[in-house]
Amino acid sequence: MKTGFYPGCSMKGSAREYSESLLAVAAALGRDLPEVPDWNCCGATAAHNLDPDLALALPARILAAAEKEGMDEVLVPCAACYSRLSVTRHELLADEALRRRISGLVEADFRGSARVLNIIEWLAAIPGLEGMVKAPFARRVACYYGCLLVRPAGVVNFDRPEEPQSMDLLMKKIGAEPLDWAFKTECCGAGFSVSRTDLVAKLSGLILEDAVARGAEAVIVACPMCHLNLDMRRPNIERRAGKKYHIPVIYITQALGLAMGLPAKKLGLQRHKVAVKFPAANSAAKDI
Amino acid sequence: MARIGVFICHCGENISATVDVGKVAEAAARIPGVAHSVDYKYMCSDPGQQMVQNAIREKNLTGVVVAACSPRMHEPTFRRACAAAGLNPFLCEMANIREHCSWVHEKGDATTEKAIDIVRTLVAKVKKNKALQPIKVPVTKVAMVIGGGIAGIQASLDIANAGHRVILVEREPSIGGHMSQLSETFPTLDCSQCILTPRMVEVAQHANITLHTYSELESLEGFIGNFKARIRKKARSLDEKLCTGCGLCAQKCPTRRIASEFDAGLGLRPAIYVPFPQAVPNKPVIDREHCTYYLKGKCRLCEKVCPTQAIRFDQEDEIVEVDVGAVVLATGFDIKHSDFFPEYGYGKHKDVIDGLQFERLASASGPTLGEMRRPSDGKVPETVVFVACAGSRDPAKGIEYCSKICCMYTAKHAMLYKHKVHHGKPYVFYMDIRAGGKMYEEFVRRAMEEDGVQYVRGRVSRIFERNGKLVVKGADTLLGARPMEIEADMVVLATAGVAQAGAEELAQKLHVSYDAHKFYAEAHPKLRPVETNTAGIFLAGACQAPKDIPESVAQASGAAAKVAALFSQAELVREPLIAVVDRQAPPLYSSCVGCFLCQSACPYQAIEKEEIRGRDGQLLKTVAKVNPGLCQGCGTCVAFCRTKSIDIQGFSHEQVHAEVLALLNRGDRDA
Amino acid sequence: MPDFEPKIVAFVCNWCTYAGADLTGTSRMKYSPQVSIIRFPCTGRIDFMLLLKAFASGADGIIVSGCHPNDCHYSSGNFHARRRWIIFRGLLDFLGIDVRRVQFSWYGRWGRSRATSACAAWA
Repeated sequence: MKTGFYPGCSMKGSAREYSESLLAVAAALGRDLPEVPDWNCCGATAAHNLDPDLALALPARILAAAEKEGMDEVLVPCAACYSRLSVTRHELLADEALRRRISGLVEADFRGSARVLNIIEWLAAIPGLEGMVKAPFARRVACYYGCLLVRPAGVVNFDRPEEPQSMDLLMKKIGAEPLDWAFKTECCGAGFSVSRTDLVAKLSGLILEDAVARGAEAVIVACPMCHLNLDMRRPNIERRAGKKYHIPVIYITQALGLAMGLPAKKLGLQRHKVAVKFPAANSAAKDI
Repeated sequence: MARIGVFICHCGENISATVDVGKVAEAAARIPGVAHSVDYKYMCSDPGQQMVQNAIREKNLTGVVVAACSPRMHEPTFRRACAAAGLNPFLCEMANIREHCSWVHEKGDATTEKAIDIVRTLVAKVKKNKALQPIKVPVTKVAMVIGGGIAGIQASLDIANAGHRVILVEREPSIGGHMSQLSETFPTLDCSQCILTPRMVEVAQHANITLHTYSELESLEGFIGNFKARIRKKARSLDEKLCTGCGLCAQKCPTRRIASEFDAGLGLRPAIYVPFPQAVPNKPVIDREHCTYYLKGKCRLCEKVCPTQAIRFDQEDEIVEVDVGAVVLATGFDIKHSDFFPEYGYGKHKDVIDGLQFERLASASGPTLGEMRRPSDGKVPETVVFVACAGSRDPAKGIEYCSKICCMYTAKHAMLYKHKVHHGKPYVFYMDIRAGGKMYEEFVRRAMEEDGVQYVRGRVSRIFERNGKLVVKGADTLLGARPMEIEADMVVLATAGVAQAGAEELAQKLHVSYDAHKFYAEAHPKLRPVETNTAGIFLAGACQAPKDIPESVAQASGAAAKVAALFSQAELVREPLIAVVDRQAPPLYSSCVGCFLCQSACPYQAIEKEEIRGRDGQLLKTVAKVNPGLCQGCGTCVAFCRTKSIDIQGFSHEQVHAEVLALLNRGDRDA
Repeated sequence: MPDFEPKIVAFVCNWCTYAGADLTGTSRMKYSPQVSIIRFPCTGRIDFMLLLKAFASGADGIIVSGCHPNDCHYSSGNFHARRRWIIFRGLLDFLGIDVRRVQFSWYGRWGRSRATSACAAWA
């Protein structure tokens, strides 16, 4: 079983720490994650709003490259990329004529032999994760799945589209206490991060408010866009809400890395806008 | 030489729109053996049937093919017409050129060709048809009704009042069904129990009705007029004859904290219990899963306090065997309890309840004695949100059909709430309001206009708890899909109506068909709504599809009328489409070699051994023989027989071979 | 062979598949006119020699279809047909007839849309 890794643009830019922590965890688990050779942009979110062919062609080229490399599955940590690659695979496999046409457009033969995995699927399939935990991540966490990880249900066939549980189960494995909260799959504002910061401030603000009100010590995310909005847009959120939120937003791989005893620097925790500090209630407040 | 008449129907335009009927008639006339071929606008009409009868007489026909609709529709019609003209009815066949041709293909030569193929196939068959005599069988004039809800009660009373004996089988300890759980009924708001319990008592007291509660059907064998049913009477752990229904046992039972099924889990009951005070029969049962004696081997308190020593801990299930002539299925429906929508928090938040639970809250006999108090803390809810279509009409997450009763009962719930909590604020989220029925639309309008129920057209996306309130997030699609949030104290979900648990197993025991949702299938969606495909088994109430009370009662009376009609005959006429074993002159007597493979194939034990003896009584041969009373005509034995000695009338080897050859254009050469 | 139009004979039981085919008509679903239906009381009645006869007479494909398991109007006829089919496959193979030319299936009374698509896939 050969697993490839498709980083996408975020993992190389605004979400460097997601990539750093993922690779650090993979190394600690002894898993090799070669990048898909000569990968390109997945097209999110511009392509599928403008040109249906382009929206399918971009992911098809990535998948075809992975297949050519003999990869049986491709790990796509970014939820937006995951959605684009999953939708493309689903549509092309359902329509032989379309598959042939798009393959022709990208001059590569997409056959659909490589499965598309999101970060949770990949982690959940690793046996004995519990045994790797050295410093249990004993925090109350709000697992935030966002909109694209679990939807559309017929395409991704992953967890329940409402009230998903898979990230919660992973968090339990590393000693955290996942909270039952109401905003697991609500919209963070996503693509409006740049153009409509007011909307982002409102939507992301509601998410933080509910997490904090239920006593969460951290929000766990699996999407660079969610992280961007909940972390980098924190000043906008606070201005709109008229109050301060100190709750850190952590990638699932960072939480895992911490539990496995990896150094914070290697996990890129210093790159967050909101300092990763935990309230004193559970343990002495300290910078990690 | 065969003289076959072919009659091609236009069916108005249903056939002639895509099939060139004139061409079919011409082609049919050229088939060898066809003596007469015509087409006509409506063959099933009186003049159409007259045409068939005249042709039989004038042209001296030996067989008739009517090319029209499905034989499942009009075969009996035309066979009757032929019989009236003196032709044996089994010499008439239907060529289905409507359901299997004109309706499923586009207009064109290929479609007309197929129609001609079908006609040729049936002409080939009818040439080989034999004149058959119907079989007469006696009728057991006893009906079995399965399910003691309002539909079963009504069917039982109607049949019993027509003078026939009825055996009513109910799974629960009491009859009454869902209707006994309801508070008040739409659109009149009369009390459900007040109108139901007199009927329940009537059932119990009726001389013609034998009631088996806490009982289930074990098996059913036989056929119309002659079924044999085995009923399992589950052990009540009680001698019903001695029990006076005083209720002392239930009062003293120390195991008292069991969720009451009757109160939809909102109330509690002891381990020995009568489901509700008006239960019929008013005799308790011991719930052996919870009773301390059955769990730990001691207690027996009920036995000590019983003034008539009626408790029987060692009682066992009893099997009752009965002969019945007809069965009415009235097993009702259930509502979906499990969560189609985990985001609505049913099962997570105590104050998110389903419609049946609301009925118990609103009922004077319910856990709150009719006071509107929410389950979590007993407070009076100030704001209540009712969510219609919680699972219905949602192919993505729930079920695709409309549960039909929810619009009405949701309006009723909102109204009842408002009548009990005058200052309360009820909201209803809905997709569409389906209030077709006498006084139904007026009822919903009354809820909106007189009782001030806020109707919001839109769906709910999520329900969660915040600061002790249930936040209902939804959208108002009549106000530009504006997102809205309501802080409610209680939420009532109109969850989808689904088939009763065990519906599928029961259908398989009875050999009746059911749909993808496990609702029982009627024989014809429009014209035979109370019959099943299995002769002698009828449907009443919501086991066929979700229905309200008036519809269930009407269907129950319909089923009862069918049973009464069946029982009005001294004997039944059955189609002679049964298997027969070859018989011929000595010295062979029969081509049957007596291997009795057919006997092992027959699902009805209809094959017997017959000893052929000479005049001196010497055994010459043992051969198979079909009991015409038991044979149902499936033909499995026919395919099994190695010497082709057993054949089935109506679908004989000759007939089906002729059909296959004719269909594949080879008929003329091989005929 | 784009213009090849296979001639398909469907051997169906009266209770599930024939009724299903009626419902297909009532619902005006479309399928190929190359499919013709012969009615039997039960799939258990179907003597598989008839299938050979049909092939010998020029049928390109054959559908044998009856009730779902446990739903047989006659309790067990469909199971007998299934057993017979398993043995018959071997014979077809021996005769050099592609077993894919026979489609053996169970369709409920209401499941005709599936049957229709099966026919569509054929033609």
